[in-house]
Amino acid sequence: MPKDPTIKKVIVIGSGPIIIGQAAEFDYAGTQACKSLREEGIEVVLLNSNPATIMTDDNVADRVYLQPLNIEALEYIIERERPDGILAAIGGQTGLNLVTQAYKKGILEKSKVRILGTSIDAIQKAEDRESFKNLMLEIGEPVAKSEILEDIESAVVFAQKIGYPIVIRPAFTLAGTGGGIAYNEEELRQIMYNGLAASPIGQVLAEESVAGWKEIEYEVMRDANDTAITVCNMENIDPVGIHTGDSIVVAPSQTLSDKDYQKLRAASLKIIRALKIEGGCNVQFAFNPKNSEYVVIEVNPRVSRSSALASKAAGYPIAKVTAKIAIGMNLHEIPNYVTGKTKASFEPALDYVVVKIPKWPFDKFGYADRRLGTQMKATGEVMAIDRTFESAFLKALICLEGTVIGFRSKKHEQLTQQELINKLKIADDERIYAISSALRRNMSVEELHKITQIDKWFLYKFENIINTERQLKTEEFSIELLKKVEGMGFTDDEICSLSGKPKFYIDTLRRAHGIYPVHKMVDTCAAEFEAQTPYYYSTYEDDDENIYSDKEKVIVIGSGPIRIGQGIEFDYCSVHAIQGIKDNGYESIIINNNPETVSTDFDIADKLYFEPLFIEDVSNVIRQELPKGVILQFGGQTALNLAPKLLKRGVQILGTSVESINVAEDRKRFEMLLKELKIKQPKSTAVTKTEEALKAASKIGYPILLRPSYVTGGRAMKVVYNDKELISYMREAVQISPEYPVAVDQYIEGKEFEVDMVCDKSDILIPGITEHIERAGVHSGDSFCVYPPRTLSETVIKKALDFSKKIAKALQVIGLMNIQFIAKDDDVYVIEVNPRASRTVPIMSKVTKVPMVKLAVNIMFSKSLKSHGFGVGLLPETKLVAVKAPVFSFQKLPEVDVALNAEMKSTGEVLGIDSSYEKALIKAFMAAGTTFAENGIVIVSVREKDMAESLPVVKKLQELGFTIAASDENEKYYSQNAISVKKIDKNDLKSIAEKIKSGEIKMIYNLPEKDGNPKAPDFKLRELSAIYKLPCFTCTDTIKEYLKALEYKRQNPVLDYKTIEEYM
Amino acid sequence: MSKARILFQDGKIFEAEANLNDKTVMGELVFNTAMTGYQEILTDPSYASQIVIMTYPLIGNYGIDRDFAESAKIQAQGFIIKENAETALDGKQCLSDYLAENEILCLSNIDTRKLTKIIRSTGSKNCLITTEQITEKHRKMLADYVFPKNIVETVSEKKTEKFEAIGKQIANFALIDYGVKNSIVKSLREAGAAVTVYPYNVSSKTILGGNFDAVMLSNGPGDPKDVDITKVKELLGKIAIFGICLGNQIAALAVGADTFKMKFGHRGANHPVINTKSGKVLITSQNHGYAVNAETLPADTEITYLNINDNTVEGFEHKNIPLKCVQFHPEAAPGPEDAKIIFKEWINFACREGKNA
Repeated sequence: MPKDPTIKKVIVIGSGPIIIGQAAEFDYAGTQACKSLREEGIEVVLLNSNPATIMTDDNVADRVYLQPLNIEALEYIIERERPDGILAAIGGQTGLNLVTQAYKKGILEKSKVRILGTSIDAIQKAEDRESFKNLMLEIGEPVAKSEILEDIESAVVFAQKIGYPIVIRPAFTLAGTGGGIAYNEEELRQIMYNGLAASPIGQVLAEESVAGWKEIEYEVMRDANDTAITVCNMENIDPVGIHTGDSIVVAPSQTLSDKDYQKLRAASLKIIRALKIEGGCNVQFAFNPKNSEYVVIEVNPRVSRSSALASKAAGYPIAKVTAKIAIGMNLHEIPNYVTGKTKASFEPALDYVVVKIPKWPFDKFGYADRRLGTQMKATGEVMAIDRTFESAFLKALICLEGTVIGFRSKKHEQLTQQELINKLKIADDERIYAISSALRRNMSVEELHKITQIDKWFLYKFENIINTERQLKTEEFSIELLKKVEGMGFTDDEICSLSGKPKFYIDTLRRAHGIYPVHKMVDTCAAEFEAQTPYYYSTYEDDDENIYSDKEKVIVIGSGPIRIGQGIEFDYCSVHAIQGIKDNGYESIIINNNPETVSTDFDIADKLYFEPLFIEDVSNVIRQELPKGVILQFGGQTALNLAPKLLKRGVQILGTSVESINVAEDRKRFEMLLKELKIKQPKSTAVTKTEEALKAASKIGYPILLRPSYVTGGRAMKVVYNDKELISYMREAVQISPEYPVAVDQYIEGKEFEVDMVCDKSDILIPGITEHIERAGVHSGDSFCVYPPRTLSETVIKKALDFSKKIAKALQVIGLMNIQFIAKDDDVYVIEVNPRASRTVPIMSKVTKVPMVKLAVNIMFSKSLKSHGFGVGLLPETKLVAVKAPVFSFQKLPEVDVALNAEMKSTGEVLGIDSSYEKALIKAFMAAGTTFAENGIVIVSVREKDMAESLPVVKKLQELGFTIAASDENEKYYSQNAISVKKIDKNDLKSIAEKIKSGEIKMIYNLPEKDGNPKAPDFKLRELSAIYKLPCFTCTDTIKEYLKALEYKRQNPVLDYKTIEEYM
Repeated sequence: MSKARILFQDGKIFEAEANLNDKTVMGELVFNTAMTGYQEILTDPSYASQIVIMTYPLIGNYGIDRDFAESAKIQAQGFIIKENAETALDGKQCLSDYLAENEILCLSNIDTRKLTKIIRSTGSKNCLITTEQITEKHRKMLADYVFPKNIVETVSEKKTEKFEAIGKQIANFALIDYGVKNSIVKSLREAGAAVTVYPYNVSSKTILGGNFDAVMLSNGPGDPKDVDITKVKELLGKIAIFGICLGNQIAALAVGADTFKMKFGHRGANHPVINTKSGKVLITSQNHGYAVNAETLPADTEITYLNINDNTVEGFEHKNIPLKCVQFHPEAAPGPEDAKIIFKEWINFACREGKNA
């Protein structure tokens, strides 16, 4: 059927903040869906709380509601917009849950809003374990033996019946949160305990473990005409037992025969038909290669991370097609956008191999539990494409931007044999390097297979890489060898290091024999049809299919995988940069490797290169394209790190010069510059010994901020107030890592605020200033912040503006710059300058309607700032107030401390928008998922030093009707200060957990003595807050604002949910 | 490994690695886009006298399984792949040994996408692959080469063989073997038909005298116009007739339609076809270089399936006599089994209509 003419207006639900298990892939899906609907002439209304996304841009939907993803907001917007339909399947679990809730409450029916695409019924059938299992039995698809459980004892009984190991999966959770594999009763009890808590309905599925079987996924599509197709299948290199989001995945499957491939394909299609899915769907199987038996593990009745990966891997835009299906179109009527000739009702044929590797946060949280299981821990992922597995795999390793330049890690090379074998037994993020070390030590594929259960085919491929390494080390270097290793994806750095040949030698051979990669197209059809899409990957083969236009070109370097500290906001900036380049009449080219993002959608830039952001790969594109210039300032630190290397190769870098970037990044040079400009900066020095630290402290004056340059064991920054604290800190820090210096900074207990600005050679434009709610010491990415600032004096703002101008001028900034300030009284200090796009650019662009990135790009093309009509200097405020709240994924990362400090931990953010501060604040808390309790117990655990400071907060809590619970010194202190305190035992975690579960305990207010120690009772308390999603405040500034919001909310203010423009 | 070369008619030469030392063969160069199923492809008699390029770069990953063979030996004349995995599942033979055992020249380590694009733009071509240095001799050999007109004869079974139905027998089928794939016979048997396989030159009398519910015209290699269609004409209206691939083309010729050689054919496991009656779409396995010209189909026939990519005829039936054919491969192997239901439909149809004919 062609598009349903009764659907004229559709509301699309986004997925909210980025958390582990639900990341940028939904921005990609949502953006595609909106565009896809608008292409069909449908009016699109969008609801999402995540300001860093492209989908919440003005030009993606007809009206954008940057509002909390809750029932009140949805109901309000539906009431006012009166859409004909709602699209739920592209906003991840969050979007789906919201729509399900609205459906159950009758909101959709009341307003006559149809659910487009897959019905709620079907969704529930797929998501509710019991009904899913029943459906599978009905249609004869095998599932693992399982039982739905609601208490621990029945799990023990079930385990006795079917034997260990047993997998526990909580119902209705993200990325398997709270689940795990139990090998004995003790583990089972622990996992059941967590699992029941994690499930909003207190239900888990316990099932027979198929650990060790292959894990295979199929991305399938179905339309209302019952046409069902496979877009792509994928094979996890890691066997079942590791969450697919944490697995190294290859597409298409490599080790399945046609018979087995078709068997699983047929099962997938049978399932999607039985569920009556209309749109994309993911089916996961466990497959036993020994006898071709399989069981269905899971079905995701919506677009997902896997569908984003499959879309990029196969060139088939699943979300876009899903949106078309949702409005009644059928697969055989929807065009294949890549070929332009064929239809969407075909199955892509790949003629390359795709490898995805997750990006884990363990480089940042070195102390976190690195083991991988059914609970996802990765924050992002990279994808690489090539014509051999070895090369796709090695490229993907390089994409991770670690320290490796090949399939080798120094750490693992140095392990003893026994240590190495132990490492092999543990499925963690580093096991792949343990495998490479083992192969290097001649451990056999058979042996490795026995230990890891990874299919031998992959192990043979890894062995092939190691054997080739040996060749490089021992054989006479030859052209043939160079060609061979290039085809296998070895980097030049690795070739040099293994062969001992200098770089110029390799370079000379390349030049003389023309050994350079060619670029081939991802075309969905293995070259059967001529394709239109400019989506390329590099490979060492003969035929270069790249088409070079004679237009002038500009290349944007993307930001690679999503990680804590470098998130989706840089993808937002990259996409805007591409649009800016196009607007200026140039051909836009993007190089990036993150399959989840909008920037790697093949219809964003004029040309997309899916490549590592490694100097060699980037250079190969530049050598062919001969661009007018390369833009680095929007790709975060990843892109900026390429600056000196590109400059050395004679590449024109557009925007702020590399020399200026160096001045900003070199501590000494920058210090000197600020001195010359008469701009204050907190005093700072670096020490390695306690005596030096004491000397520095006396020079700088207390309090001082101590920062180890190398962080282990959760020891991060600390503010110390006297010699005693300093000595104690230094003793520990030095013990941990004597060879790494500790930075000693003057700690200014003031207001932190930041500005993002666009600069040309003569002017700067600051759309607005954001003020942090938490004091200095909490990482800016983890702070709440508010626009416009609320407490900064006119003098402070004037000074900040003046300093910004001076720094911009001195650094000759062309484009974007971000400066972080501290104000103490009327003194203003500069704490950090980033001569690039920052995390706050998307927010500021949205709330002020100044397209910052596009202005920056225009300026790079010599347009003046003034000519844009936005004015210069600091723009006047409007009535709008915006509060940004950070969002964390602590549930997924045990051992990472919930307490905030100078190390960034949040994975995402939400924005609360209104015309009053209190309302914006309420919305920010709501959007971040923080609940507002009426009454109940608040556990207060505050370090001695800050008890006095906490007193007003504790009083307020009592005044608001909460019962204060505290222990020891706290209990005494608050009691003495006219507060009625309930005495608790902080060590009795079990009863505390019970009370949290029963809803008695509502909140935790904890200022820990020392953070990062997982054994401390306070740490456990904070951990409980993460498990039970309980509000937990570890900074007095945050709880103060929270109580303000709570108090205001109790007055039952009327909240409205409108677009940004309406609040301005 | 020794070197090998591909020689095109226009004189182009490409180098690759060879699995054998001393071998020269010629054939029509075609490509297949299936990502799995290399063994089924190699053993499919429809590939006789063809040199097959696999567009998927990694071939041989799971080895060789006796059960996957579509005929007793490798039928393709030559094989061109990017990389031979040299691996196999536990206890299975690896592709290299299988090729060597069948003395099939396999070229690897070559840009197969480049070759595919040449075929896409200039059409399927005859070519020569050799482990020797290309000389005038080879050029002449290639210039003189003609695709064998009697190709069906070379692949058809020489003797008649009867196979029982698997499970309860519902129907009794005759099958004319123009180069049949094992899977067709197996699919019919699984759907409840006993199948008697006859050589391509069986007489219509034998078929009609065999007390069959229907006759199946099998797949096979080459140009349908090289096949004698007299016997099929004689069978029209006297027994239910079904055809797959070459069988479809032969039936079309028999009812007076025309066939044509396609530019580079359909070879893969991802071809969408639409059922013109139900509007339902199937993903099918395909392997054909010729197709039925839609405009020449007589008025008393009806197109039942169309290819969604290029609108070519993927199946037709007769309005008045029991005749149903498809161009694609409902037996899959390799490829999706979406269309397997057709065997059941045909068997039911044969039981209902066949004998009334």
